[in-house]
Amino acid sequence: MSWDTVIGLEIHVQLATKTKIFSGASTAYGAEPNTQACAIDLAMPGTLPVLNKQAVNYAIMFGLAVDAEIGQVSAFERKNYFYPDSPKGYQTTQLERPIVGRGNVEIQLADGSTKNVRIHHAHLEEDAGKSLHEGNFNSNFSGIDLNRAGTPLIEIVSEPDMCNAEEAVAFARKIHGIVTSLGICDGEMSQGSMRFDVNVSVKPSGSETLGIRTETKNLNSYKFMEEAIKREVERQIDVIEDGGTIAQETRLYNGDTKVARSMRSKEEANDYRYFPCPDLLPVVVSDEEVAELRRNLPELPDARQARFVEQYSLSDYDAAILSSDAAMAKYFEAVTSACNNAKLAANWTMGELSARLNNEDLSIANSPVSAAQLGGLVTRIADNSISGKMAKEVFDGIWAGEGSADEIIEARGLKQVSDSGALEQMVADVLTANQAMVDDYINTDEAKRKKKLGGFMGKIMQASKGQANPQQVNQILAQKLNELL
Amino acid sequence: MHNLTIAELIKGLQSKEFSSVELTQHFLNRIGSLNPAYNAVITVTAEQALKAAAEADIRLAAGNAPALCGVPILHKDIFCTNGVRTSCGSKMLDNFIPPYNATVVENFEQAGAVVLGKTNMDEFAMGSSNETSFYGPVKNPWATDCVPGGSSGGSAAAVAARLAPGATATDTGGSIRQPAALCGISGIKPTYGRVSRWGMVAFASSLDQGGPMARTAEDCALLLNCMASYDDKDSTCIDREVPDYTATLDGSVKGLRIGVPKEYFSEGLDAGIEEAVRAALANLEAQGAELVEISLPNSGLSVPAYYVIAPAEASANLSRFDGSRYGYRCEDPKDLLDMYSRSRSEGFGKEVQRRILIGTYCLSAGYYDAYYGKAQQVRKLIQQDFDRAFESVDLIMGPTCPSPAFKFGAKSDDPVAMYLEDIYTVATNLAGLPGMSIPCGMADNKPVGLQIIGNYFDEARMLNVAHQYQQATDWHDLAPEGVAS
Repeated sequence: MSWDTVIGLEIHVQLATKTKIFSGASTAYGAEPNTQACAIDLAMPGTLPVLNKQAVNYAIMFGLAVDAEIGQVSAFERKNYFYPDSPKGYQTTQLERPIVGRGNVEIQLADGSTKNVRIHHAHLEEDAGKSLHEGNFNSNFSGIDLNRAGTPLIEIVSEPDMCNAEEAVAFARKIHGIVTSLGICDGEMSQGSMRFDVNVSVKPSGSETLGIRTETKNLNSYKFMEEAIKREVERQIDVIEDGGTIAQETRLYNGDTKVARSMRSKEEANDYRYFPCPDLLPVVVSDEEVAELRRNLPELPDARQARFVEQYSLSDYDAAILSSDAAMAKYFEAVTSACNNAKLAANWTMGELSARLNNEDLSIANSPVSAAQLGGLVTRIADNSISGKMAKEVFDGIWAGEGSADEIIEARGLKQVSDSGALEQMVADVLTANQAMVDDYINTDEAKRKKKLGGFMGKIMQASKGQANPQQVNQILAQKLNELL
Repeated sequence: MHNLTIAELIKGLQSKEFSSVELTQHFLNRIGSLNPAYNAVITVTAEQALKAAAEADIRLAAGNAPALCGVPILHKDIFCTNGVRTSCGSKMLDNFIPPYNATVVENFEQAGAVVLGKTNMDEFAMGSSNETSFYGPVKNPWATDCVPGGSSGGSAAAVAARLAPGATATDTGGSIRQPAALCGISGIKPTYGRVSRWGMVAFASSLDQGGPMARTAEDCALLLNCMASYDDKDSTCIDREVPDYTATLDGSVKGLRIGVPKEYFSEGLDAGIEEAVRAALANLEAQGAELVEISLPNSGLSVPAYYVIAPAEASANLSRFDGSRYGYRCEDPKDLLDMYSRSRSEGFGKEVQRRILIGTYCLSAGYYDAYYGKAQQVRKLIQQDFDRAFESVDLIMGPTCPSPAFKFGAKSDDPVAMYLEDIYTVATNLAGLPGMSIPCGMADNKPVGLQIIGNYFDEARMLNVAHQYQQATDWHDLAPEGVAS
């Protein structure tokens, strides 16, 4: 039996405001625990929230970017539950009247096709603090760090429009590209700036009725999200094919052990007792304010992709990848302007650089190789100063902090030899030193001689320590051997 | 000195008849000797008070000191005071010392008022008799076997016993007006949004409003001048200029249209109270005011609506008291749930727990529409009743409460009987309107309160009429036995 998968995403995006959504405390990441939590964040008695206007503007900007209805009047609700990282005993969020209504996002798939994913809504809310169960606490205690409590979030809720992990990841990447392009989120997933909840269900192929869904919460990388979806789809199909039924439940996926477990069932689900927050007035947004924000929207991934195709003659696919992430796009353009070769700049940015960053779990903003440095390297590749193979070595050197491409080429003596006089001498020396190979070449059938050239090339490159320009050597070698026939 | 009004004390201070230090010491002595009989003051800040008084004397000597400079007052223990315990009448906050001042406290500090201490109150302002305080009940200075009313019973009794010439209080459903009535003093609950709620421990955020208590309307005007302010730390505070409430006290009441709601003189009203209130209305009529019978048809729904909305908001507002960051924590919790449930069961009194349960129930899935949703609809209807009434009248008057001060224990086992104490007062909170109570006679040898309800931000007119009434009568000058000497 074949199955259809139905996936919907809830994405929590931390907004890059300087202060929290309801207090003046800083939102900077990585401070000592509880040094960025003021009386309001600690829910001290008598304290009151005051809405951060910048958070509202950021949410509206997102809404405009996904062509959504903007709620002219939105309102905050209290979502009640007890947990130590929720100091008030409720989360201030939006339920009935979210700031961003229905919208649309187009995603690009690897086969070149596109697909529309509908946004159900996006709402403003506050982040929780963190519970710390390790470190300096003895086994009877847990620590609470409220630095994150009150960080502004938008929760973006999609319709269940995705039907496999690839589409879900493409959607998540697209949202990442939009929020980073807007500058409303730093996009640092390793720091929790974007977190994904995945709703997954399966149904017999072609069936109109949706299956029972599970929600896997708090995935903080594309990789974990992809794995979690794939495993959950397999699990659900196995359960159903074994005659079981899927329980509606919330699950947690551990990216390190690659194991998901049930967190709570529907029966155990909290009754959050939402009701309008009496401490906050409804948020009223005027048409003028929305128009002003629309006028000042920065370039978005779709527009940027079109521009990259036009301006740099990139393929649609390359342009899509490079334009999807604001930092990557900015980096690519800086490399291109440093080397004046968009094609090579694109290849190196998407290829060697991205691979290395992925391996080392670094964001492009924290790349050890600056755009200027990569531009310098590409310049030397383009003008044939170094071969592609040497370029990788130079790249490693830049990565390791040894300096610019030119400095490394100079220091390591990697400059390619293209002086034809020197190359002719080098080829002649190799031929003289390997008379047996030369004889063998002469005695070989004409049709098979070409295969023998590789052997000579190896010797010559070895003699030149790899610095000989291979195209020139090829030419000179063929010419000299022909003269011996 | 304790028989002087605030207006008279200001004259005495500014003409150097006595110093603030002398005045402060006098009231501290009175608190020391008389308070044990009333239990109205639960924290005395003698040292800080004398220091503030000395500073006030310097400002007074320099001239140009604000009106209240050097005047001693008491704060209800619901207002956070930097460095001074703020218990809210609860075991839960018995150990809580806020590191910040409520805006109200800050306003008085800026004005140079001298804070003698903090007054007793019903736990978390939930009660109409002051019997729910962790610190024991307050005794009514007019009859020490009777309640002073609540929740601001400590402030009311302290002013009636002349332990301070004025005090701050709060009113969520009648907590300023009802104890003012029962203790024979004047008190005004301003329009919702007139006085900042920052630093005022929340009971029901959409209903809570701070206001002053004193013996006369003129003194209330002097205190309200200082207490009312726009505060950007409270999102529900309204940015509107604070008039000088003393400037219009002397206006005539001639031509004033006073609405007398027939629903406020129906079954359940004590005959002695009705007689006193009718006499007060006749007095104003004699001064030239016009009495107009009006109807507030939804009055009967106000207590049920209030006892859904207030507990619902309270159930969330009190969630922060979980034993994890401040306040009471149970001994040796065995796990998180145990810490929560025992800290809250041991830290909160019965009435607070009852209201948390009522509120939680009203907001629960399946009950929300029938209770909270319905109550909000009723709230709208009650507002509309008042809107309609104010189309034809300038003020509304009637009794503050249905009966005079009752004996301890008389209603404490019957929550519904206790809740009906608020029958004439809760509607103004639901509508956000200002309400006031002034003494207008005696029934059963206990004081009777005349309630004055104004339109939004019409406090100046209410104080004007109250002052004119007090110019023509002397109920406000009566003192309980042994207090005036």
